[in-house]
Amino acid sequence: MARQLNAKILENARIKGSYFRSVLLSRQIASHSRPGQFLNIKVSSGTHPLLRRPLSIHGVDKKKGEIRILYEVVGRGSEILSQQKSGGVLDIIGPLGHGFDLRNLYPVTRNPILVAGGMGVAPLFFLAETLGQGPRKRHALHARVLIGGRTKEQILCENEFKSCGCRVEIATDDGSRGFKGKVTELLERMLRPPNPVSRIPSPESRIPIYACGPRPMLREISRLASVYHISAQLSLEEHMSCGIGACLGCVVKTRTGYQRVCKEGPVFNAEEIVWEKSFRKGGP
Amino acid sequence: MKRNLSVRIGKLVLKNPVVVASGTFGYAEEFRGFLNLKKLGAIVTKTLTLRPRQGNPPPRTCETPSGMLNSIGLENPGIEVFVKEKLSFFKRLGVPLVMSIASEEDPAEFVELAQRIDALREVGAIELNISCPNIRPQASGSRLQAKACGVQPAACSSLIAQDAHATHSLVKKVRRVTTKTLITKLSPNVTDITDIALAAEDAGTDAIALVNTLSGMCIDVEKRRAALAVTTGGLSGPAIRPMAVRMVWETYQKIRIPIIGMGGIIDTQSALEFIIAGATAVSIGTANFVDPAISQRIVEGLQAYLLRYKIKDVHSLVGALLL
Repeated sequence: MARQLNAKILENARIKGSYFRSVLLSRQIASHSRPGQFLNIKVSSGTHPLLRRPLSIHGVDKKKGEIRILYEVVGRGSEILSQQKSGGVLDIIGPLGHGFDLRNLYPVTRNPILVAGGMGVAPLFFLAETLGQGPRKRHALHARVLIGGRTKEQILCENEFKSCGCRVEIATDDGSRGFKGKVTELLERMLRPPNPVSRIPSPESRIPIYACGPRPMLREISRLASVYHISAQLSLEEHMSCGIGACLGCVVKTRTGYQRVCKEGPVFNAEEIVWEKSFRKGGP
Repeated sequence: MKRNLSVRIGKLVLKNPVVVASGTFGYAEEFRGFLNLKKLGAIVTKTLTLRPRQGNPPPRTCETPSGMLNSIGLENPGIEVFVKEKLSFFKRLGVPLVMSIASEEDPAEFVELAQRIDALREVGAIELNISCPNIRPQASGSRLQAKACGVQPAACSSLIAQDAHATHSLVKKVRRVTTKTLITKLSPNVTDITDIALAAEDAGTDAIALVNTLSGMCIDVEKRRAALAVTTGGLSGPAIRPMAVRMVWETYQKIRIPIIGMGGIIDTQSALEFIIAGATAVSIGTANFVDPAISQRIVEGLQAYLLRYKIKDVHSLVGALLL
């Protein structure tokens, strides 16, 4: 059950460029959080900005009662958040939403693939950490992680993923790090059957994909998932007003009608989503 | 010493004047765990229609300075599903339930909805949402509306609450089919809100709720596109409060039935502004999104204010503006 409480800020620091990481103290929220869930944070006591800011849970330390979040300063809300000093408190609600479904993952023999675009690393690192611990030690899974960004400046958490045993591959649009191109191209190379004539699916096709990132990336992963008959779980991002399912503002179109990103999501099965032309795209 | 916070709206007795506004509190279940729902004066449901509605395409909301725009488009499961699946929750809760209703195309749907609700014992009152800016009937709808309102198409604007005759005619028709307390929710998108309030009072509404959202628009200049998929939406939040307080004050001087005041209430002080301007009860809307427990804290805040000024009964504050 989600709670609203004042959490002490233990740390709030720039990690690089416009990216920040915070560590908040709340034993209650830390112990109930699952990968893919989020916090809804009131960044200021004033009315501008008025609404809370939803941020993915980046990781937890259940023993210490700590919650980590990772965010990019993109507007007034995140700007104010980045100026908060450690020692202060933040009014937070969490854990919210429906996280990654790990029920069908065990027992498995192969490691899942995590695909992150830009800030998409935020919830996926929590997932990698959780999989690395496993429900029992012998079930620990070490994910293969693909991280994409426009330039190397947007590649985050590479070492953190490695330190929990993940194999990391990187793609940048400008080729400044790793593969030059889209992270989804990297994924497709991995999924493509070794012998196209045989039509025998590659062994990777039986392992699940977990992804978070910009809409075009998620849409392409949906397409790949359907072409290669694999299951993919996507964590969606949407502007939210309440974060608790009341306002019906953050909906996404699915095969069963509009669903709330904050309540039924933010994680959806790829085949559920009906991809439409984004209203936010394009310009003069 | 305990102060009297209880107020009466039509036949409905509220243990305090704090209500949660339609569309901002879901069907209450979403807020369980954040506050004690039993402390609220009344709960107004998200607006219900005869048939299920899927609502508008996203993006549906956009934050604005000290406010937000929404264009949800009355997404709701329809009255049947609500009665079957959600109503029992309110029965156990024991807080007066106000059912907000709207028609999609034909205002006759209001009458049919009211008839059905009249038979539900769990429901304390009906709120007529004739002022949602996100549900604009097409040309054929306007004709239907005009027909049902008994006025010429040219005289029938797209919102019932923008036309005194249409408001009068609709309230009268609903009044005939129900003995439940009737609340009529008005739109601020009018030249003189008191004309509409007087028409609703004359037609037999028990109370007036004001205001619904103010029609607005927000543009992303980089993309040169409206922030909302359907271009315009309803503005709510502290940004509209001074306008809403003024409308309550003007209406209070003209009508005799109670007013439920709303528009940007986020704390005890802003709730008091509405009461002093003439509202018998206040409704918390957008603030529920920011702080799901705010309505309960405002109840406590009102109690403290009465104690501080040694006021025995909240009624003596209603319209108590010093001139």
